[in-house]
This record gives sequence, C-alpha cells and structure tokens, in this order.
Amino acid sequence: MGLDRGGKTVLDSLGAGIPEGATAIVGPSGAGKSTLLRLLNRLADPDRGEIAYRGRPLRSYEPLALRREVGLVPQLPALLDGTVESNLRYAAELAGEPLELEATLAHAGLDDSFGERDVAKLSVGEQQRAMLARALAQRPRVLLLDEPTSALDHAARDTIEAALAELRRELEISTVLVSHDPEQARRLSDWVLRLEGGRLAGCGPLAEVLA
Amino acid sequence: MIPLASAATSIHIAVWQVAASLALVALAAAISFWQKADLERDIAVATARSIVQLTLVGYAIKLIFEADTIWLVLALLAVMVLFGAITARHRAAKVPDSFRPLLIALALAGGSTLGLVVALGIFDPTPRYLVPVGGMVIGNAMTASAVALDRLGDEMGDSRARIEASLALGATAREAAAPTIRRSLRSGMIALIDSTKTTGLIFFPGTMVGMLLAGASPTDAVRLQLILLYTLLGSVSISALTATLLAYRNFFTPAAQLREPEPEASS
Repeated sequence: MGLDRGGKTVLDSLGAGIPEGATAIVGPSGAGKSTLLRLLNRLADPDRGEIAYRGRPLRSYEPLALRREVGLVPQLPALLDGTVESNLRYAAELAGEPLELEATLAHAGLDDSFGERDVAKLSVGEQQRAMLARALAQRPRVLLLDEPTSALDHAARDTIEAALAELRRELEISTVLVSHDPEQARRLSDWVLRLEGGRLAGCGPLAEVLA
Repeated sequence: MIPLASAATSIHIAVWQVAASLALVALAAAISFWQKADLERDIAVATARSIVQLTLVGYAIKLIFEADTIWLVLALLAVMVLFGAITARHRAAKVPDSFRPLLIALALAGGSTLGLVVALGIFDPTPRYLVPVGGMVIGNAMTASAVALDRLGDEMGDSRARIEASLALGATAREAAAPTIRRSLRSGMIALIDSTKTTGLIFFPGTMVGMLLAGASPTDAVRLQLILLYTLLGSVSISALTATLLAYRNFFTPAAQLREPEPEASS
C-alpha cells in the first residue's frame, strides 16, 4: 500500500497487519504515522494497494458509517464551539447512540463538572480528554489516537495514559496509537508497527519490535 | 407602476459637461502624484475604461431600447451573468472550480428576482425596466457571491483541522462544513444589509440621486429606491446562498474526504 502527496511518496510498499487489542505505530516525525492513521479512518485513500478491515476492503464500507465505528482522535484539538456536552452530544447523535454523559466523561478521565464547561476555556490536556470523550460517545469498536499526549506535560500525559489503560480494561475497544515515544508504546500497546521514511521497519509483538 | 418616462426626458447632458467633470479626475491624479500614492496610472486607466465601457454600453442599451424586443434584453442579461461569473471567479481564487457555482448563482439570482418583480406587477417586462434593473441585480449578486466564496476559500483553509475532525466522527461533508457555510453566507449578505440600514442617513443611494437629478419627484425617487433595495436584498441572498452551497462541495471528494489543497496559485 502506498500514498503520494505533492509529488512525494509519503507511504511506500507498506504491508502489515493490525490485530485486535492495543497497537502502537511508532517512528520518527515525518515517517508517515499520522498519514497511515488517516487512511485507516478513510480521511484519505491510498494511491496504490488496498487496506482491509475485518476481512473486507476499506473502500467497500460506507465512509461515514466506517468513521463512526473506527473513531479517530486527531492530534490538534479540534472541538466545536460550545460546551463539552454539546460536543459529545453532536458525536453521539451522528452515531445514533444514546449519550451517557457522566460515564463517557469518566472513561476519558473527566469528572461530571466538565459537561457544562466551555471548550474555549479548557487547557490543552483537558481538550485532548474532551476529544477522547467525544470519540467514545460514538461507542466505536476501534479508536485511532494521533499523538494524544504530544502537547502535554507529564502530569497531563499520565492522566490520559491512565484513561486509555482503563478503557482497555473496561470497554472492548481496540486502540491504534500513533506515538513518537517508544516508551509510551511500551506502556500502552501489545503490538507495534515501526515506520521509517514511509516504509515499514518492523511489525510484530511489542517484545520483538521494541526489544 | 413607477412613472419614469416623464423624468427620463427632462434632462440633457452635453459632452462639454462630461469633459468638465474630468477636472475632478485631474484633482485625484494630482493628489496621488503629490502624496506619491502611485495611483496616477490606475486613475488614467480607470477613467479611460469608464469612458469606453459606458459609451459602448450606452449605445448597446440605445439599440436594445429601439429594437424593443425581449430577446435582446435576455441576451444582454446573459452576457452580464457570464462576465459577472468570470469576474467573481478571480475573487474566489481559493475555491476549486468556482466558475460553475458562480454562473448558476448569478443566473438564478437574476432570473428569479427579475421574474418576481415582473410577476408582481412592479415593473413592466420592457427593456426600459429590465435592462437597468437587471444590471443592478446581477452586479450586486456578483459582488455578494464573490465575497461569500472568498470567505469560503479562506475559512475552508483555516478550519481544515476542525472540519476534518467532524468528518472523522462520521459527519457528512455538509454537516462538517455547516459553520463555514453559515459564516460565508453572512459575509456575502451583510454589506448590503448594513447599507440598507443606513440608507438615506449616511448616503443617498444611486438610483434616488439619479432620479432627483433627472427631475423626478422625491416621492417617486424614494419609492423606486425602496423597490430596488428590496429587490437587491433578494438577489444578493439567492446568489450568496446558491454559490456557497454549490461551491463548498468542491472541497470534498465523494467519499466525504477533504481534497488536498491545490498548489498555491499566484494570488
């Protein structure tokens, strides 16, 4: 599978499998990690080759339905104007799911009081958690996380990581996490894809790839 | 019906009077030269073009009035729509393939508002009414749709992350772009709404000035001006809405993906 942008090859002859459970995509910046994540959510399509999800070509899925099942939490905070609750409600309505506000906030490490908070007044770490909660409001089967802690200090990072670990235990959601930090991959995943310069440099169980 | 005919025959402008008004052009050029604003050339070009273009249009309108057939009027309006769309496209450079949305928007705005004022019996379907009113309607529709699409192009660039985040949640292209569409539409309409609010207080609109100069009664001048303002509000809303709703689609693929921005053109 491959992808070009602006005359340059971003992903090249990439062939790999991602099992259910917790996966990390690691590699230096510019390796194509975020691009790969966008392809899994069909925000873009590969120029060569094909991606399959649950045994079917990704292109054969209705893109909107696929995105509700395979949720993506983008890197940059991108909440809609309004409260945290209105953002969660928007996502739940798109997915046709009832919103359990308090439980959803709790899964993302946020307490009840955040529902009525204006997103413009949240810290970056809180925005990241609100984005996670918004994705969870759709009850996805797979959650794609693009550097969820890149802009955060240690304390905020630990809160998000704890929330993600909690998610894995409580909900049956598979996660695909993009991270430039191998240590984070060690803490949060069982399976690892390593990218370098748009090519696959390793794929397998955590212990093998990040030995 | 507005009695325009009496007013239209009561004024005659001689060529020397037009020539004399060039003194004010010279004043503008002198100010530019004195203050090194570097606009003398532009002023000269603008003046020359205004003389040539308006003279040609004057002859064209004269011919159309004399021929007195609706077909020539429709042909003239079609040409205005075409040139309007071409002109507005330059303002909307950041919108991919903006020509078609603009063309449809201007044609729809011109056709529906002119059709409506004729159907309501406000104006007769004759060249004397349709040509000047059509020109104003299409001109204002062009400005409104150009402003709306200019804003749309900027907003779609600035809000990429936010729009894509909505798409990632399974929103349709229309849902993801809704706030952007709303703001673009507002931009296209707000200028005319604001000027309608202040009309008569801060400035006298052109039609009223023209009618007063031509010797019409103030009552008729005001009534015609009101009709035209409301007609323009209609056409501006239709054109801004149509252009925005057709153009935003060009930013998305059929699979509700944001298209990659095109390499920056010279703008």
